[in-house]
Amino acid sequence: MSDATLPRHDAAAAPAPAAKPQSARSVVGESPIIQAALITVSLAFLLLFLLLPLITVFVEAGARGWSGYREAITEPDAVSAIRLTLLVAAIAVPFNVVVGVAAAWAIAKFEFRGKNLLISLIDLPFSVSPVISGLVYVLLFGAQGYLGPFLRANGIEIIFALPGLVLATIFVTFPFVARELIPHMQAIGSTDEEAALTLGASPWRVFFSITLPNVKWSLFYGVLLCNARAMGEFGAVAVVSGKIRGLTNTMPLHVEILYNEYMSAAAFAVASLLAGLALVTLALKALLEWRYGDAIAASRRH
Amino acid sequence: MTVAVTIESIDKRFLAFQALRNVSLDIQPGELVALLGPSGSGKTTLLRLIAGLEQADAGRVLFGDTDTRDLSLRDRRIGFVFQHYALFKTMTVADNIAFGLRSRPRAERPDSAEIKRRVQALLELVQLPGLERRYPSQLSGGQRQRVALARALAIEPQVLLLDEPFGALDARIRKDLRAWLRDLHSRTGHTTVFVTHDQEEALELADRVAILHEGKLEQVGTPDDVYDHPATPFVCEFLGEANRLPVRIVGSQAFLDDRPVLGGLSQNQSGAAALYVRPHHLKFVDDGPLSIPGVVEELRRTGPLRRAEIAVSGLTKRLALDLTSQVAPAIGERVRVKITHATAFATA
Repeated sequence: MSDATLPRHDAAAAPAPAAKPQSARSVVGESPIIQAALITVSLAFLLLFLLLPLITVFVEAGARGWSGYREAITEPDAVSAIRLTLLVAAIAVPFNVVVGVAAAWAIAKFEFRGKNLLISLIDLPFSVSPVISGLVYVLLFGAQGYLGPFLRANGIEIIFALPGLVLATIFVTFPFVARELIPHMQAIGSTDEEAALTLGASPWRVFFSITLPNVKWSLFYGVLLCNARAMGEFGAVAVVSGKIRGLTNTMPLHVEILYNEYMSAAAFAVASLLAGLALVTLALKALLEWRYGDAIAASRRH
Repeated sequence: MTVAVTIESIDKRFLAFQALRNVSLDIQPGELVALLGPSGSGKTTLLRLIAGLEQADAGRVLFGDTDTRDLSLRDRRIGFVFQHYALFKTMTVADNIAFGLRSRPRAERPDSAEIKRRVQALLELVQLPGLERRYPSQLSGGQRQRVALARALAIEPQVLLLDEPFGALDARIRKDLRAWLRDLHSRTGHTTVFVTHDQEEALELADRVAILHEGKLEQVGTPDDVYDHPATPFVCEFLGEANRLPVRIVGSQAFLDDRPVLGGLSQNQSGAAALYVRPHHLKFVDDGPLSIPGVVEELRRTGPLRRAEIAVSGLTKRLALDLTSQVAPAIGERVRVKITHATAFATA
């Protein structure tokens, strides 16, 4: 019996037998040499550009020993930078969760004019350089900005203060939650919500017992990425912060200042905290992706 | 509990698409009505309008004497079963069924023991006892469909609405569930409206069938009514196969190429007409008046029956005829066929 008469269930067995008669294993697609080459290139790239710098951060951070490391991250300016970073993230992330869920809901569940414009606007922070988003706020709220005189007259400080940092961070991290939720919500559709409504549920109950549980994994994933970016953001924050030590300095800015002052061990010590955050995020993300496809099975365990 | 539903000249438009045009329909309490039509005929839109999931552009829907525009979705007490069931996949079967009861305002909400008891009773009713702790993903299609029905019945609906209730199931389970639903309806007696594109399903299950075509209601009637006395050519062709014969009607007789083929027509609609004849309304005859001569060109098996195709001079399409007896003519044989029943529609 020839191969051609067998029903083929394997989608990967696409190339016709006539295409590569020289190799019996051509059904796999590419030849082993090409496979090995591709794997080597991508591995080498990952090692050189991602893993090596990461290791460097931790090695440099420990260059002056454990006590040096502890000193670098416990000195008052560093502590205040850590505290400020956490505070900014604690405000920006929940804000973006609420607004992101609302935007995703509007886009996924309703048809309205300007929907495509809204989708493009959500993506805007990804396509604009963070420095420019920072500058926009300086132009708007700075001392010489459009609203500057009004703000000064009312004693409101935005630029070179916490509100500016929060605004810039919110702007830069806005897309993460919405972008995760929109495709998921669109795929789910709204029949579950309609079913709940016909069963007499109030809109709040529909949202909290149907909509939110349906998208909880994408939401969590979005929050994770949003938080990582909120804590690590440099460009936009650098513009609006003014880098006043102990007052408006966030962790990424603090790292830069230390480095510019030739205190590279201290700089790397603080940087290692940020790198640690990235690693935790990555691990959580991997864990989530591992369980995500099995979300129904996961929610069964209660 | 169960009420009459009155639909009064409903219009509904989606942007450029006119989904429903001046549709009116009266549904008696306890009646089982099928909305039948091809896709895009507006049948699902009509169902969603009754449910309150869509708003009509004109016209109104009454439950009993109450205009449904005055009722919130909760107060309408609709049991809606969605085409793909829309079971809440993050909840167990028991939580799905209890959802409607737990969604009631606190004052009307039964206590948890009572809810549990009712969930048990409903699972018994849909013949799925013992599946409370399962998740929808662990159920078969037929089981999901019955859980969806139990969930809809839990709120003690005034009206039960089913959107393509058997659409996503395979042929065998469809047949079983059809009989089961019919039985359930006779026991619970809910006013029930269901949407289907399957004419066999509609005819078998419903007390009355409403046939929709391009947003218009073509005909409403009992299965016998609509099948034997279709009001429009569309209804006739949609409900089952039919041979179409271009005839001329003079007096009470229909002529095919100056040969009389059918007499006793009640409509005295002289002029050109199309005669619709179902394959089982043709029979072989030896000879006699009103018989049509032809040649058997093909014989096929269609389930329990055999189908003969007969070429008749003057007709471009062969006549299809269902053979009930075991005796069949041979291919190429000259035969005569007689029409036993037909419906005539005037053609312009």
